[in-house]
Amino acid sequence: MDFLAPTSWAEALECKAAHPDAVAIAGGTDVMVELNFDHRRPPALLDLNRVPELADWALDDGRVRLGAGVPYVRVISELGHLLPGLAMAARTVGSPQIRNRGTVGGNLGAASPAGDSHPALLAAFASVEIGSVRGTREVPVAEFFTGVKRSVLEPDELISAVLVTPPSGPQQFSKIGTRNAMVIAVSAFGFALHPDTRTVGTGIGSAAPTPRPAPEAAAFLAGELEAAGLWSSRGALPATLATEFGRRVRDAAAPIDDVRGSAAYRSHALSVMARRTATWAWDAYRDENRSAA
Amino acid sequence: MDITLEVNGETRHLSIDPRVTLLDALRERLGITGPKKGCDRGQCGACTVHVDGRPVLACLTLAATVREPVRTVEGLAADGRPHPVQQAFAEQDALQCGFCTSGQVMSAVAAVEQEVADVREFMSGNLCRCAAYPNIVAAVEQARSTKESADARV
Ligand SMILES: Cc1cc2nc3c(=O)[nH]c(=O)nc-3n(C[C@H](O)[C@H](O)[C@H](O)COP(=O)(O)OP(=O)(O)OC[C@H]3O[C@@H](n4cnc5c(N)ncnc54)[C@H](O)[C@@H]3O)c2cc1C
Ligand code: FES
Ligand code: FES
Repeated sequence: MDFLAPTSWAEALECKAAHPDAVAIAGGTDVMVELNFDHRRPPALLDLNRVPELADWALDDGRVRLGAGVPYVRVISELGHLLPGLAMAARTVGSPQIRNRGTVGGNLGAASPAGDSHPALLAAFASVEIGSVRGTREVPVAEFFTGVKRSVLEPDELISAVLVTPPSGPQQFSKIGTRNAMVIAVSAFGFALHPDTRTVGTGIGSAAPTPRPAPEAAAFLAGELEAAGLWSSRGALPATLATEFGRRVRDAAAPIDDVRGSAAYRSHALSVMARRTATWAWDAYRDENRSAA
Repeated sequence: MDITLEVNGETRHLSIDPRVTLLDALRERLGITGPKKGCDRGQCGACTVHVDGRPVLACLTLAATVREPVRTVEGLAADGRPHPVQQAFAEQDALQCGFCTSGQVMSAVAAVEQEVADVREFMSGNLCRCAAYPNIVAAVEQARSTKESADARV
């Protein structure tokens, strides 16, 4: 087996172009499980840990550019204010040991329907920046996943970063599992209020073949808030509206029965998480106004 | 392929297959058997070591990707005396069979060094089949207060 260890992004892309069947390895917390149990025996491994361009984040042209190789522990400690939903999701990933190594780039690369970054990134309207020797392209997270553990990545491509506009309003993330730590989500939900555009962001995890947004539910909630003048008045979110939003989020999912939970349980959990996260975020939006005044 | 690891302050040269984990390199090649193989899939924490001062799972770390210093439970004692966290584990009876202990101790050392607020959360990646959890938490608390009083003295 070949071991490729590029030391720059340009070199990494050349390696991937020359060895399209090489498996990239960032934190290794997904790849290693497959290697240790011989579920996968790739002809080559492509170590991304020495590529400095992937290892940092910066504000770039008004957006946060989070390098694909930044571990969760840094998302939590450094990006709570710029990527609040993602930082909340990151806190729920695995254990401290997993969060010291695991990355958002690896979460996207694995493209699991249960990846915890995905609902938060969907709700924040984030994009994935993808590179190859052919050039760079940007794909909205909502279009990135194409099936169970499948994405739009071509064999010669690598993820360089996630691009996210800093929040104009509160974000929330909620996850249900069998214990608080070290669990793959039974289902998860990401929520974001975007008062600058008077829109709502949503992300469903572990309740469909891919992570997916709930665009109809989001448009419904944003429209009702608009009709009632609530974006400007910052009045209370009517409980009936939050409940109806939860129902519509539930209808956007397509869960299955598996060892972690039944489809019916997942649907119910989603409607509750959607109602609660919307309420928490709206309450925070109202508080923002009060503390600003 | 040839790699160099810095383990517990010593530089070691190895020739390995690229697929070898840090855990196998330590245990099978270097005879450093403190880190244990409980599951080989990231779920138990028995293989916890420090890479660059942070606890990671040696079973999910590819040896060839490691360039920073590695510390295992063997590297904790100084001048023939146990590390304060090891001392606290002994005094609080924080183990039964001991299989999870080296991993627990490595997470506990990081918890004390980083002065974490929520010990149980920080230790959540280390399972103990003997369920010594209350005593493990007590040991971490003891080591933390030992450190605080030592810090206050200097
Ligand atoms: C015990 C345990 C608990 C876990 N708990 C959770 C959890 O709670 N929530 C959760 O979401 N996940 C969890 N995971 C899964 C895993 O930790 C995450 O998916 C993590 O984000 C993977 O990141 P990594 O850097 O370790 O990826 P790696 O294992 O290095 O890579 C994962 C995949 O992405 C590809 N890849 C990596 N980087 C790139 C890149 N730059 N461009 C293109 N492809 C790339 C790799 O080829 C591979 O296919 C858990 C795993 C374990 C072992
Ligand atoms: S052996 Fe590494 S976590 Fe179990
Ligand atoms: S002491 Fe036996 S597993 Fe923890």
